[in-house]
Amino acid sequence: MNKMKVPAPPSGPVPWEKPFALSLLSDMLRIRRMEERAAELYGQQKIRGFLHLYIGEEAVAAGALRALSADDNVVATYREHGHALLHGLKMDAIMAEMFGRQDGCSRGRGGSMHLFDRTRRFFGGQAIVGGGLPLAAGLALADKLLKRQALTACFFGEGAVAEGAFHEAMNLAALWQLPVLFCCENNLYAMGTALARSESQTDLCLKAASYGMDVMTVDGMDVVAVHETVRFAAQKVREASAPMFVELRTYRFRAHSMFDPDLYRAKQEIEAWKTRGPVHTYTARLKAQGHLTEDEFLALDASAQAEVEAAVAFAEGSNWEPVEDLLRDVHTPTQAAPVANAAAGAA
Amino acid sequence: MGRRISYREALREALRAALQSDPRAFLMGEDVGCYGGTYAVSKGLLEEFGPERIRDTPLSELGFVGAGIGAALGGMRPIVEIMTVNFSLLALDPIVNSAAMLHHMSGGQFSVPLVIRMATGAGRQVAAQHSNSFECWYAHVPGLRVLAPATVEDARGMLQAALADPDPVLIFEHAQLYNIEGELPEDESRAVDIASARVRRVGTDVSLITFGGSLPKALQAAEQLAGLGIAAEVIDLRVLRPLDDATVMASVRKCRRAVVVDEGWRSGSLAAEVMARISEQAFFDLDAPLARVCSEEVPIPYARHMEEAALPQVPKIVAAVQAVMGVGA
Repeated sequence: MNKMKVPAPPSGPVPWEKPFALSLLSDMLRIRRMEERAAELYGQQKIRGFLHLYIGEEAVAAGALRALSADDNVVATYREHGHALLHGLKMDAIMAEMFGRQDGCSRGRGGSMHLFDRTRRFFGGQAIVGGGLPLAAGLALADKLLKRQALTACFFGEGAVAEGAFHEAMNLAALWQLPVLFCCENNLYAMGTALARSESQTDLCLKAASYGMDVMTVDGMDVVAVHETVRFAAQKVREASAPMFVELRTYRFRAHSMFDPDLYRAKQEIEAWKTRGPVHTYTARLKAQGHLTEDEFLALDASAQAEVEAAVAFAEGSNWEPVEDLLRDVHTPTQAAPVANAAAGAA
Repeated sequence: MGRRISYREALREALRAALQSDPRAFLMGEDVGCYGGTYAVSKGLLEEFGPERIRDTPLSELGFVGAGIGAALGGMRPIVEIMTVNFSLLALDPIVNSAAMLHHMSGGQFSVPLVIRMATGAGRQVAAQHSNSFECWYAHVPGLRVLAPATVEDARGMLQAALADPDPVLIFEHAQLYNIEGELPEDESRAVDIASARVRRVGTDVSLITFGGSLPKALQAAEQLAGLGIAAEVIDLRVLRPLDDATVMASVRKCRRAVVVDEGWRSGSLAAEVMARISEQAFFDLDAPLARVCSEEVPIPYARHMEEAALPQVPKIVAAVQAVMGVGA
């Protein structure tokens, strides 16, 4: 394993009014506490299947989602709990979905990787790497043709850059001048494969720029930098009705998924990145400038934890969908009801 | 009698009608605009509807099919043309993992009202990579509706029905059909259904079950068989998913023998599925083992005599029917 040079932790004053500054801290704490609890619940087998935690990367979703409006479309990946929560999905519905219950935001059919909410314009929860990018281009195309004033924010990892879908979607978005904000969450590892082991050109902005779109790169561990950058980029996308690419350099503290033994990176590297943790560095900055007291921090944290416990109780209390409904939602119900397996039915 | 028209013209009229009647509808694909469509289906439409609605795409099947799904999610009614089924393999992921599954994965929240048209089939000496028939791959997937128009009436009518469907619909146009001519029904505005199979020729001795580019061959075979004293009933499946079991079984129960004709390779073919269903549902009505005429298990060769040998042909169909009838050639 290569020795990685880890940049200094984010520091310096936070250029925001206190209420706004605290709202971003609250956003990150809500994601962090929800996911820590999800990991515990996974250990208790309440949550099964794949569970991809965002822990360590919260500044990206918190900073970026605060720069979007409720009318904007969001397309995310299988590591999307935070994006879903901050685009307005209720934690209750997210937790119930992870439990596989029918009050989940996808009625228990999707699970952790497939959170959806039509009313919030949250388009998943796409679990084929790169698969969300062409969809995002199409959503933006629809908005452009329908003259809807909105942008589509598409989140994806740096692993997606190796997929053809990335290049085809970048080209279409630039060629057709579609209002897509491509948010590349570069956490340095595509599952277990380090960027330098999978890309001949590791400067991701260079790739995006080759399609003729504006690019920016930002420290994804610094919620201040993320928010300011994405706010600027989103405004440019809206004004120009053209795509932009933002690389958010971040790091995941947990393994890729609950099945991952995390053998491909040094423990020292993870520990070094933890000194750059988005929550504690931001907390320290807020305290240093007098925006936050320990009591205020504890109150925000208690509020997040209470929301999590309420969500867990909600999920526990939600019913399992009756198995008789198995064939539901294969087709939109204006058509004749699907016929159960012809072998069983017709003979 | 109705108006006489080519299959290609019927498709073009359907596109024009769709674009005129629904401002959300637009066509996109490779060379659909300036070039006029690889098979000249969309010829003239760019001039009529402009480049926003007749949208030329780069050679990015994965990208523009995915974008079609996104546009459908966003409120449009995209008609995506993939030049041929061969290239649709580059878009298998968005078709299967996104278009077909989003409604279900979202617990019924999102629908994908997307129509994908593509040419399919062999018979023009364009060799292995341009001669595939993968309809059955798509017919395997829950969440998709798969259509195979084989007549000018269906070429004219199926698009409208497909656009009215809130879910993804795939339309397979056999390349050998574009030049065929036929008559539209008197009442051209009559909608066609996209749920049922159709009896194209009534008979009593054997059910010839087929679809798409094999329909003309099956009808020719039925004509020859009539001269041999065998009354073949020809069933055009039309809809490959979901299959219309009722029409098939009614014919098989009447004729008591069945031969399935399918240009796909035999192993894992749509013919295999139809035969399995007949075995499940009408086994005790059969007087003879089921039979099928499929493509030989070889990539489609270039040389004409070899290509012809690889594909279902009228003499093979006639021979297969004679075999199940227990009469010699």
